[in-house]
This record gives sequence, C-alpha cells and structure tokens, in this order.
Amino acid sequence: MVTLDDYYSDDPVAWCPGCGNHSILKALKQALVDLDRPPHEILIVSGIGQASKTPHYLRCNTFNGLHGRTLPVATGIKLANHELTVLAEGGDADGYTEGGNHFIHAIRRNMDITYLVHNNQVHGLTKGQTSPTSDLGYVSKTTPMGSLSPPLNPLLLAVSCDCTFVARGFSGEPEHLAGLISEGIQHRGFSFIDILQPCVSFNKTNTFQWYKQRIYDIKDDPSYDPRDRMLAFERAQEWDEKIPIGVIYRTDRPALDEKQPVIRDMALVKQKIDQASFEGIFESFR
Amino acid sequence: MALDVTIRIGGRAGQGMQSIGLILGKIFTRQGYYVFIHQDVEARIRGGHSFVQIRIKDEPVYVHSDKVDLLIALDKGSMDQDQPDLAPDDIMIFDVQEMGFTSDNPARLPVPMEQLAMEAGKNKIMANSVATGAALALLGVDLQPLLDRLDEEFSAKGPEIVEKNRNCVSSGYRYIQRHFKGYFPKKIPPAPFKKEKLLLTGSQAMVLGAVCSGLKFYSGYPMSPSTPIMEFVASLGAERGIIVEPAEDEIAAINMVLGASFAGVRAMTATSGGGFCLMVEGLGLAGMTETPAVIVVAQRAGPSTGLPTRTEQADLDFVIHASHGEFPRAVLAPGHAEQAFYTMAKAFNLADRFQSPVIVLGDQHLNDSYFTVDHLDLGRMTIDRGSIIPEEEMASPLEYKRYAWDESGISPRILPGQGKAVLYADSDEHNEAGHITESAMVRKAMVVKRLRKVEGLRREMDPPEVCAEPDADLLLLGWGSTYGALGEAANILTRSGLKTEVWHFCDLFPFPDADLLAQLPEKTQIISVENNSTGQFARLFSGQGGIPIDHQIFKFDGRPFSPRDIVTRVYRAL
Repeated sequence: MVTLDDYYSDDPVAWCPGCGNHSILKALKQALVDLDRPPHEILIVSGIGQASKTPHYLRCNTFNGLHGRTLPVATGIKLANHELTVLAEGGDADGYTEGGNHFIHAIRRNMDITYLVHNNQVHGLTKGQTSPTSDLGYVSKTTPMGSLSPPLNPLLLAVSCDCTFVARGFSGEPEHLAGLISEGIQHRGFSFIDILQPCVSFNKTNTFQWYKQRIYDIKDDPSYDPRDRMLAFERAQEWDEKIPIGVIYRTDRPALDEKQPVIRDMALVKQKIDQASFEGIFESFR
Repeated sequence: MALDVTIRIGGRAGQGMQSIGLILGKIFTRQGYYVFIHQDVEARIRGGHSFVQIRIKDEPVYVHSDKVDLLIALDKGSMDQDQPDLAPDDIMIFDVQEMGFTSDNPARLPVPMEQLAMEAGKNKIMANSVATGAALALLGVDLQPLLDRLDEEFSAKGPEIVEKNRNCVSSGYRYIQRHFKGYFPKKIPPAPFKKEKLLLTGSQAMVLGAVCSGLKFYSGYPMSPSTPIMEFVASLGAERGIIVEPAEDEIAAINMVLGASFAGVRAMTATSGGGFCLMVEGLGLAGMTETPAVIVVAQRAGPSTGLPTRTEQADLDFVIHASHGEFPRAVLAPGHAEQAFYTMAKAFNLADRFQSPVIVLGDQHLNDSYFTVDHLDLGRMTIDRGSIIPEEEMASPLEYKRYAWDESGISPRILPGQGKAVLYADSDEHNEAGHITESAMVRKAMVVKRLRKVEGLRREMDPPEVCAEPDADLLLLGWGSTYGALGEAANILTRSGLKTEVWHFCDLFPFPDADLLAQLPEKTQIISVENNSTGQFARLFSGQGGIPIDHQIFKFDGRPFSPRDIVTRVYRAL
C-alpha cells in the first residue's frame, strides 16, 4: 500500500503562508495515494510560476521545464513511455497565455495526460501582474487603468475543443479536488482540471471568501449530465453569482497513445535498438 | 579525358523535371557511375522557372558543374533562361509545340515531346517521359535499364501507367535515333548493371544515419528545406518503430523531443533557421536540464522568410550562440551525403554521452542534392547511450541525485519509471538533487560542472579533412556543403600551377583543438570560402586559432558555389 509518507519530499516549500497551493499539493498527494500509485511511476512536468514548483514538494519524477511548455514535454514523455502516469502542472499565465497554443493542440491529441492549472487570476511569482484570467478592469502594475480585455474562459475553450475531460476544482475544497484529480488520472485521455485558488498576496478581489460564497458542487444538481455538451457550454459560462466545481464535461475518444501503432504492444523506451534490422534499409536507394 | 557530363532539365514547376533527373540518376548509379543532382527550384508548386541538373562522372562527384552539355528545355522559360548558359555547340532539345517554332541548328534539336506523349501515353503531362527517353538516346545509352526502372517506379500506380510511361520513353528514344542519332558529342560507355551504389540526398542520408543510430522519436513542423527529413522519417516510422508526432510549432517540437529524450529514447527534430529561432529557448532548456537532443538545422537564405528554397551558410554564428546563458553544445556540418550519414551517429552519441544538445548543420544544397555513395557501413554505426545507471548499481534508489558532481561534468542518468529511484530535472538553477536553489556556491559549482563538458566535447571534435598539396601556395578553408566545390576548385587551381590545399571542417564547435593549427603549411595564403556575406567561419577560425585569414570569398545570392565560382574568385583575390 502506498502511503502519504512515500510522497514525502525534503525540499523546503517556498510558497507564501496561506497560499492555495498548499491545499492543492495536499490534494494531489492524496489522489496519488488513493490510486495506490508509487512515486516512481508518476511523472510531473511543470512550467514556470509558483504553481510549477509543486512537483519539487512531493517525491516523484519531475521535469520542471519552461514557462508555458509543459504540455509538449509531457506529450513527448508519454509517447516514449506510456506506462508512466504523466501529469502536467502550472499556473493560469503559464497555461493560458504562453502555453495557449499547446493547450489547444494537447486537447486535439487527447494524450492520456492529466493537466492541473492553478488558476489564481494573477501572475504570482512576478508579483501581481494581470493574467489572462484576471477580471475585466483588474488593476495591477501592468494594467494601471484596469484590464481592458475580458478574461479567458478556459473551461469554455476546452469544451468547445471537445476536450475529453473538463473539470474545475477549488483549493478551498481539497478533498473534492483530490477526488477530481483521481478521476482525471483514471480518465483515458486528456484530463483538464482548472483549479480556482486565491492569491493571498496579490489578488484582493477573488479572495477565499469571494470563492466560498459562490462555489457549488455540480454533482448536487441531479439533472446535470456532464456528457451533455450543450449543458456543459452553459455551466462553463456560469461565474459572477454562482461558480460550479466538479466534472463539467466528459466524452470518450481514443487517446493518441492508444492509437499510435508503434507502441501498441510495448512502451517505446522498452523497445530495443535492433541493429541487425537495419540491413536492407538501403535497398530502395540502389 | 575523364567522363564528365552535365544535363540540365529546365521548365515550370509541375513539369516533372525532378523525376527525369532522379530516373537518369538511378540508371547511371546502377551502371557504376557517380552522379550529383543539383536542384534549383522556386518556392511554388506550379509555374515559374526551375531546373534540375544531373552530372555524371566516372569518379566521385560532390558538386554541380557550370558547364552544361545537354539542356532539355521543357518550356519557353527554360529556353530563355537556361540557353544563355550553353556554349554555341552545346546541345539543347526543346519541345516544338511548347516553343511554337522549330530549328535547323544542329545544336538545337526540336523534339515534339507533347505530341509524342499524346500519341504514346494519351496525356501531354508525360512529355517528361518522352524527354527522358530522348536524353538517353542522345547519350548513346541502352534503353532497357530505363524500361526496367519504370517498372519499379510506377508499379504501385498500376500496369496501365507503367505501360504508358514505357511507351513514352520508347517513343522519345526512337525519335532521337531516327532524327538526331550521333548529334551529342559525348558518349557514356555502356557499363554492366550493378546494384551496389546508392543514390540519395543529404536529407535522406541524415535520416538513414539517425534511424541506424536508434532514432525512436521525431517531432517537427514542416519548413523548407528540412521538410523531406520529416517526411522520410514518417514514411519509415511504423515499420521501423519510430514515433513521428507533427508539432503545433517548433517550440512544441523541441519540447516534445526533450520529453521523449528525458523518458529515455533517442529523439530528434529538424527545421530551418526560422524554425530554429523558435526552438532556441528549448535549446537552453536542453543545456540546463542536461537532456540529450539532436537538432538538424537545414539552412536556407535568411533572415526571416528569406529565400525558402535556396541555400546559404549564414546560421553558423546563430547556432553556436543561440540561447541566453552559457552551456555546452556541439555543432557538426557534414559536407556530403556519406558524411551526413555517419555524422548523425556521432551526433546521437555525443548528445547521449554529454547529455547536451547537438546541432547538425545542413543547408538546402546539401539536403536537397542527390549524391552517389559507394557504400554505407553499418559496422561503423556504434551506439553509445552514455552514462545511464541501472537500479541494481545504485547504492540506494532513494539517494539518487540527477546532477551529482563529477569531474567530467557528466552525472549518470536514470530513466524515469525504470526503477524505484525518481529524478528531478529543472530549468531553474538546481542543486545536485535537481531541486531549485539560489545558493551562490551551488550556482557556481553547477556552471562549472556543465562547462566541464565543453572540454570533453572538444576532444571528440575531428580535425578538418585535409586534401594535402606539398609546398602549397594556397590553402582553401571551408565547412559544410562547400566540400565538393572546394575540392574541385583546388584541383583546377593546382593543375593550372597554383598549388592548392583544402581544409574542410565538419566538426565546428567546440572548435577543434588549437594544436591542429600548428600543421598549417607555412608561407601559404589562406582563403576562406563561405556561402554567406560576412565570413562567420573565418571569424571562428581566426578567433579560436589566432591565425589571420588573407582573403575571404563570399557568396550570398541563394545559390551554391560551383568549382568555377571559387577558381574565378581566387584569381581575383590574389
């Protein structure tokens, strides 16, 4: 049995006290323990930002790469060794601006990767600039007149691209979040989980209380069917008064790593280089 | 007099010049001759003016010649633009219908190509097959090898297409025999049919080299002139167990390659300068995380979009200096197809052994040209994956440190998921365990550790290939695709009394050991030859070796050097 102790990392945590990241880390570890997956079978690719420090704080294989570039690295890893449980993790700026193009194409590929986005609607690590999910009119040092552009709605984008698993969690509900992460990992395909998270240092609008007053679990609505895409479009747009968390949308489509014929029988990394097989490769050039 | 025949096929894009060139190239390669096919094409699918030039010799050939012996003009544009390159008695065949006139000049031979194609193949598009047959007849070569070749070429398209093409080439062949037999002064003697030599492009050689080095993963985004690399890998993919994933952009391509490499397989990408611009942050990521990667940069004329289908050697400075920060990398620039094959093996071994990015620098001239290669030796393709420690050799899997200090700068890797140990790789500065650090001491140690690998890499760099000439008056210096032009230019110069030696560099960076410069012939004028406008290699050579260069020859019109270009410019410089 895998326990939380197996996921212990001695790397000192460098987040602000009270930051939502602490609960997200806890939820992530809990999900991995619940799934009984040992650390060496887990690989987390992260980007740059406060969220992207997460994999250092648990024991697992880690590739902490570049800002916005988590998903291509994760795609390469998963294709090379699909036996690994691969997660990608970063913040809203990392994933939705710098990594926006990769996000769309990761959805298209439907790799069996679970993508966690810590969405605090602000650039945390660089001290509070406006992010792609900051509210219209959000005032920061980069938008002193207030943000002139409306926020990106990542859930709506994911549903419109027919992402096979679209969910939203809240750092203030770590047990619920652990359940979502666990469900996402078990989903065969690209699982996208946007995680709402207050930034105690820089975002004075979307505070813990602000979220707490609006959050509701979509499962509490018995009429909601996450397989109904039109309903998903509606709920993905809910925001100002009520904010749904839970699985917003899911559908079935074969994952790219399932469709790739080269790795149907064996992980790529386990396929030996057979130099004898190269005889004959020159024939068509004679 | 040694055999040396050049045939140019000119026309509009879409008229099938390349297939004429390739079919003739295969036939002569199979007869034991050496062929070089040079492609001068515009960045368009239909129309414009392009030409393909095939040179046939009875000794190895690595470059085109300016001297065209036979021009096949498929359209008016070819007649206008290519004919000026002919001497009055060089032979041209042209299509009567296409030109709208005929000729009684014994060097300008009208052949009704489209009409014969309509009669023999029911389609005027097969005029190129008529032209192929006509060319063979003029060269005095037997028709049968061509007919056999057509069976192989078109069998996938069905017996009807094979038959029509056979009829068309036969028709062109007979037309020449009937009307213009003996008009072409040079003859290519019949040779026994052999299937020993290979005919392949620089790109194909690179891919074969990569595949025979154990390539397992490729990601890329199409960009001329690198695209044929991706297409060829993709064509081999399923059969050879290679995953090819088309990327949304070059940023994704390099990051996917790094992911696959990190997971433990040999991975590469290819692009041209513009795509490499997007890959640069990924190059630094490979350097910092110490992840092996092989990147082919097939140069074209830049900057920006530049001349998409044309050649240049102007990205050397760029690939050597690309990315912020200081970290090891290797840059290799093969000069011809055979060298390209073995260079890929070296690139993968260096990438794995030094856990660093390795750039193979090609260009349109190398990548798109066809070369006859005697033999590619799989016995020379050793695979060295570098230091990867298996679980059983670890003191304790829990204590594994990805960036453990080592005098060589190389820390043993593990492959994630292959044992109980886990690894942390980071683009931030990191400690031995791979965790983020801001410690001044650790930072300094890690920079030193990474840069230790530069000296290791430098020891692996081969000296230039020297084409020695005792008591040389002149030394020609070059790198990459100018290989063939340099060698032939030196021969011409030496024959005309100016004793010329050539130093051709394939391994460029880290610049090979300075000791080799002690071997420079004394009292020799040094002339560097580069397909760029500022002398990027000359700066590297002088800067690293401290040896001044007397003259520099540049060419930056998007076209490759011919031997004659260099000879003319040498005389002008001296």
